[in-house]
Amino acid sequence: MMFFLETVISGLMAGVMYSLVALGFVLIFKASGVFNFAQGVFALFAGLALYDFISMDGWFYELFGFALPVWLGIIATMGVMVIVAWLVELLVLRHLVNQEPIILFMSTIGLAYFLEGLGDILFGSDVKPLDVGLPSGASDYLLDNYNFYVEKLEVVAALIAAALVIVLAIFFQKTRIGRALRAVADDHQAALSVGISLRMIWVVVWSVSGFVALVAGIMWGSKSGVQFSLSLIALKALPVLILGGFTSVPGAIIGGLIIGVGEKVAEIYAGPFIGGAIENWFAYMLALAFLLVRPQGLFGEKIIERV
Amino acid sequence: MFYREAGQFKTSYTADEAIFPILQDRFFIGAILIVAFGVIPFFIDDYWANAILIHFLVYALAALGLNILTGYCGQVSLGTGGFMAVGAYASYKLVTVFPEMNFIVVILMSGFITAAVGVFFGLPSLRIKGFYLAVATLAAQFFLVWLFNKVGWFYNYSPTGMIVSPPREVFGFLVTGPDAHPAARYLFCLSFVVVFAWAAKNLVRGRIGRNWMAIRDMDIAAELIGIRPLEAKLTAFAVSSFYIGIAGALYFSVWLGTAEPTEAFDINQSFFVLFIVIIGGLGSIMGSFMGAAFMVLLPITMKSIMVDGFGFAVGAAKHAEVMLLGSLIILFLILEPHGLARLWQILKEKLRRWPFPY
Amino acid sequence: MTQPALKRDIGDTILAVDNISLSFGGVKALQNISFSVNEHEVFAIIGPNGAGKSSMLNCINGFYHPQEGTITFKGETRRQVRPSVAARTGIARTFQNIALFKGMSTLDNIMTGRNTKMSTNIFLQALHFGPAAKEEVEHREVVERVIDFLEIEAIRKTPVGKLPYGMQKRVELGRALAAEPDLLLLDEPMAGMNIEEKQDMCRFILDVNDEFGTTIVLIEHDMGVVMDISDRVVVLDYGRKLAEGTPDEVRGNQDVIDAYLGVAHDDAEA
Repeated sequence: MMFFLETVISGLMAGVMYSLVALGFVLIFKASGVFNFAQGVFALFAGLALYDFISMDGWFYELFGFALPVWLGIIATMGVMVIVAWLVELLVLRHLVNQEPIILFMSTIGLAYFLEGLGDILFGSDVKPLDVGLPSGASDYLLDNYNFYVEKLEVVAALIAAALVIVLAIFFQKTRIGRALRAVADDHQAALSVGISLRMIWVVVWSVSGFVALVAGIMWGSKSGVQFSLSLIALKALPVLILGGFTSVPGAIIGGLIIGVGEKVAEIYAGPFIGGAIENWFAYMLALAFLLVRPQGLFGEKIIERV
Repeated sequence: MFYREAGQFKTSYTADEAIFPILQDRFFIGAILIVAFGVIPFFIDDYWANAILIHFLVYALAALGLNILTGYCGQVSLGTGGFMAVGAYASYKLVTVFPEMNFIVVILMSGFITAAVGVFFGLPSLRIKGFYLAVATLAAQFFLVWLFNKVGWFYNYSPTGMIVSPPREVFGFLVTGPDAHPAARYLFCLSFVVVFAWAAKNLVRGRIGRNWMAIRDMDIAAELIGIRPLEAKLTAFAVSSFYIGIAGALYFSVWLGTAEPTEAFDINQSFFVLFIVIIGGLGSIMGSFMGAAFMVLLPITMKSIMVDGFGFAVGAAKHAEVMLLGSLIILFLILEPHGLARLWQILKEKLRRWPFPY
Repeated sequence: MTQPALKRDIGDTILAVDNISLSFGGVKALQNISFSVNEHEVFAIIGPNGAGKSSMLNCINGFYHPQEGTITFKGETRRQVRPSVAARTGIARTFQNIALFKGMSTLDNIMTGRNTKMSTNIFLQALHFGPAAKEEVEHREVVERVIDFLEIEAIRKTPVGKLPYGMQKRVELGRALAAEPDLLLLDEPMAGMNIEEKQDMCRFILDVNDEFGTTIVLIEHDMGVVMDISDRVVVLDYGRKLAEGTPDEVRGNQDVIDAYLGVAHDDAEA
């Protein structure tokens, strides 16, 4: 029983990570209708940039002779992500207004390739241990008193993710820009007609999802180092999206948790019987089975078709 | 001037529904076929066959398949790599279990097996649409690759997990294995591609093709005028997977000779074929070929320019290549979102009027 | 104006709608609607926006499944029918918002209307051989007659997405006609048209009815048109049936005048 609980908890924690990435997808999809495949690469790129700012063997150290403290490094990386968002709008999105969703989707795959190659050239492709001072190892308190194994880092990740969601919720509900964002998400043309600048909104949204990617990058980077495989977490977040719905923030969170738990439980209890390493596809099958029952996803509205 | 249909009158519906109703098109296609069948085989060597020609043919066939599903029937699929793997492994199992089977039959059977698998993974399309479906097809991609990796029966329990294509003859010519002559392998692939491109053209201009396009353009209206969505979508999945399966079988047995699922059939294959389709032009048979040529030649050209021309290190060139590929794709989508097929049409329009545009 | 003199024999009931009720969640779109349509008749469904007219058509051809009541078509009574089955039994329709296949040419769009009558299998089609090629040409001939009838020869190979609105409506009618239906449902065939286009469309509808004997059920807002071309009219309002009868009877019905015609008249003058 204890072991099962540990499995579930560790699944929940992994799920939080998936949710973080899925959240970045949802934000962009809601506001601009773009299915941003580059979200995983964003996390990788943010992780790489952050590592560069705060470590002794990056460009930054070479140029200025000192490394930034962690908090300043995070702010600087955020600046980089805003610049990336701005460039994406300027060089890509602006020229693809009114194109088919699939064209936009393809362009983000191109973007993912581009950032991946750029990251490799700028920062090298070796694994970088990212240390931003987050606690690591097992929680001694739980282990000693209840013989219960939980990673400290994962607890911290869960807390940070929760805080992030709350901040985003406040940002969306209470601020002027948040209101404009929701208007754009609802109807591009109507938003334009009341004087909301679509371009500004897109830069903001892509920056916000860059920020979410940064958080995800820090978490995953602290856990297993910043490396190329980080970009593949995008693939982990996709089943979360179809489970929770492309446009639902709570869907991304709940979906992530369901996928995280389901995957861990299946890997441990069913994996050994069918050869293991099922986590690559299990999440997809789970989401697919779910979709067949509820085609609109967890939080999507029922689709009424009309002619 | 050069491309004018004026004066070419049709006196029967049969003539009007011919595959290439315009004289110039017939000349053009004829010339290409003569060169492809009659000239190239005499000059082909291993480098040309492996790096360019067979490479191109295999991907053109896979792109035809995906174009049927995505371009004509409007169902986006990211499972192409997985379906190619089904074709490859089906051909491997057939060749090793039934060594006497004619190799052409082996390839065709691989296609039918893949079609069956494709129909199975196409079932969700009856309930889910758009990007939801695209992500759902990733389930096929990951599951199939995992399956071929984990279940020993598929790779005959070979210790490395690799599958190796044994030598096989067609009409007395060796077409697989290291000793096969490049011309034989090339002609083998070319024949498949030509026959199936012709069949695809027939399908998309007939009843089934119209039903696919109707589903693509407006699925509800299609259903209301009596098109069965089940039939249209599943035939699209079946035909598309059939093509992709044959492409996968040729990819493994004739082109590479060996394969290992996680590398050869990973998700980047799916994206690569999707790029071919988009860059070539959704809903265009010709576009599949032009897209394949573009996507095959682009990396080769870029590599030779960077490594040979500017003396980049191979590693750095690889990263730069990925980067450039990404930016070129974006650039291309911005400049011509309807693909090379549209450019081709515009060119024909220009040629028709040239040199007196008014 | 009175009925144009048409030489048609109004036959027996071809379509009987019996006590149909349809609701979406709490919204009652249709409540206990009954009426019947006779063979070779032009039958109009009128009523203000949101009266349930389109829902009624959607029930008849199986897109919506009413919770209660039955629909009898050509003697066969059914409550829930799949749209593709309805199409096969001889019901064709056009749509309020044009529902053409925009990526396809006029010819191909109209050819899709022949789909239910074509049968060669996928392998023959892939080879474009024998029966498949022959079938294609045979149906092409039927479609060409429709194209000829609707006077759209010139746009035969134009992608319909590029056609003006009025032409698209005409192509849509062509697609429905190509199915050689016994019952033709027209959902606002003249919406958004100018006066000439309306006249053309009226002519086509009457010709179809006259030449092919097709029974027509249409929804239309233009009262002049409705009163001119239809044999009988049913009036819906808020999902209920207000009246049924010949145009003259309906015109004189006090309920109808209160609920609908009066309002529409005010609108027209305002």
